[in-house]
Amino acid sequence: MNFDRLKEKLEILADAAKYDVSCSSSGGTRKNKKGALGDSSISGICHTYTEDGRCVSLLKVLLTNHCIYDCAYCVSRSSNDIKRAAFTVEEVVDLTINFYRRNYIEGLFLSSGIFKNADTTMERLVRVAKKLRLEENFNGYIHLKSIPGASDELMQEAALYADRLSVNLEIPTESGLKLLAPEKNRAEMISPMRYIQKGISQYNDEKKIFRKVPKFAPAGQSTQMIVGATNENDLQIIKVADHFYKNYNLKRVYYSGYVPVLEDKRLPSLTTEVPMLRENRLYQSDWLMRFYGFKAEEILDPNLPFLDLEIDPKLSWALRHLDQFPINLQTADYQMILRIPGIGVKTAKKIVQARRFQILNMDHLKKLGAAVNRAKYFIDFNAGNVFLKYLTNQNLKKLLIGGSSSKFHNQFSQQLTLF
Amino acid sequence: MTTLLYDGSFDGLLTAVFEVFEYRYKDVEIFGKNQYHQENIFAETHEVVTQTEKAERVFKKLEENIGRSGIHQLLKVFLSEDPESERIILSAIQLSVQHPHENILQNYADNDILKISKICKSVDRERHRMTAFVRFEKMQDGVFFAKIDPDFNVIPLIRKHFKDRYQDQKWMIYDLRRNYGILYDLENCDFFYPDEKLDLDQYEQKFHDEESQYQKLWQRYFIKTNITERKNLKLHIQHVPKRYWKYLTEKR
Repeated sequence: MNFDRLKEKLEILADAAKYDVSCSSSGGTRKNKKGALGDSSISGICHTYTEDGRCVSLLKVLLTNHCIYDCAYCVSRSSNDIKRAAFTVEEVVDLTINFYRRNYIEGLFLSSGIFKNADTTMERLVRVAKKLRLEENFNGYIHLKSIPGASDELMQEAALYADRLSVNLEIPTESGLKLLAPEKNRAEMISPMRYIQKGISQYNDEKKIFRKVPKFAPAGQSTQMIVGATNENDLQIIKVADHFYKNYNLKRVYYSGYVPVLEDKRLPSLTTEVPMLRENRLYQSDWLMRFYGFKAEEILDPNLPFLDLEIDPKLSWALRHLDQFPINLQTADYQMILRIPGIGVKTAKKIVQARRFQILNMDHLKKLGAAVNRAKYFIDFNAGNVFLKYLTNQNLKKLLIGGSSSKFHNQFSQQLTLF
Repeated sequence: MTTLLYDGSFDGLLTAVFEVFEYRYKDVEIFGKNQYHQENIFAETHEVVTQTEKAERVFKKLEENIGRSGIHQLLKVFLSEDPESERIILSAIQLSVQHPHENILQNYADNDILKISKICKSVDRERHRMTAFVRFEKMQDGVFFAKIDPDFNVIPLIRKHFKDRYQDQKWMIYDLRRNYGILYDLENCDFFYPDEKLDLDQYEQKFHDEESQYQKLWQRYFIKTNITERKNLKLHIQHVPKRYWKYLTEKR
């Protein structure tokens, strides 16, 4: 093994892959076989965190950063003058196995620039996964990128060896995609997604009848969109996410705040700040849809197409629906308790359990882990609550954000200054 | 006041709890022998001899009342090494005996129960971190060796995880603070208790030839996968507290 050359390739191909947000190793189980290597569980494990605070759970690299496309937002675009490299199949397998044996990672996330054409690229990705599974007896997590335009046969094979597959939608709107990636088309990006979705549902049907059916993308599919490279609004983004959750059974939609790395007149300037707060609010909205029973239409509507950067979307919803409050902690159903600002899924569950034993008060609520500074204005206890007098106050929002200051304060007005 | 002294094992603690009921002690405290320094000179001490039968009877009763997962929670309190752990466990068991048909561990409005839930959360977090932050280093004899120094005694809680995961390589995980570990030799996965502390002085000289190369690759990967424009050290440290850094290859 030529470690110096390998190190050089790893540096180039990890650097080029870092803008892909997904690093989840969760969502599927794959039990280890006797005497083999690796085991993945439903919750996944983050093994470390980069200095930007993001989780590292998979070895995330490109197979190559040679690419025939010239998408404006991508560092690997063909017209960009950068160092290029390509791993061999053996090198990726060796890195994965050796990192895994040292407990650095949960598995591999392999993506690639598109060289020659879609099928050649996809075939090479599949070959890595296949070698890991069949020759190395590896049962850790494998996430492969579905290459737009790859054939159904290759997608079929990919799903047999990978845990998760994903296609990047790149830009939330079709018009935005046309502007920044004129050679790509949305239909071609979505077709492998549809194929995998059908395959998964067929697998689930067969599983009910036969005991042994080979696993088919057990951790499902995900996608990601770049936020802030074009001028779409948050409502459009949330609607796209909702569409894919509903119609393609996606496990996750990731939002990637655009990091300006390239000079291009179609893109925000290089001095634009990464819209981290906006990205964060989008994730909060995403959580509301997936875990809190909110519908996309409830989070934003056409009159209000952007998320409030000052407060989180749940609090924002509550302030627009004061008529639904106060909520009685002792009698309200779980779904309503989930809608109280400052109360998360875990606390809501604890409340429903604990209230069977005794009548709860503010002190209990605090101890159960609620953010009482927000929750206190929206709750009624059987014994009353002095803070309820503020519920109808014109300045409730000010009151709620009064004590806190955000390090993202300079981003609050970002939507206006983007272009 | 009666002080019960037990041998420091979980079975010993359950035996002690059994004897609290058996002898109808009212005002009672339980201590591990090693932790105990007599402060209350008027206290009567009662030495508990660990008896598996007694421990098992408590175990069975608990299984009926709060289920295996409930017992698992009490075990985590025990492994937390919290100075109050014996008192809290006794308190929970007494509560459970009084209310056999309810899962008293969900009564979060009770102070001791809430403490159990908090301790479990801390222990679970540490357990999870130890599945994440263990870094194996390959030695000349092919064994993958990791040293850890967790705040809580989590080795019994991570054994299964590593046993399931690494079946085709020999490995050891060694708790520096408590001076014991687990060892997997391709056949069995058992605890080991060395007579003296493992000598770590010449440790790195016994690395396998390729070990330092893979460490370098991992360190470079760690740097290159970071997006400098998004730097957020506060978040970084929140996720990877500094006390773990010296054991993390990528942070050295």
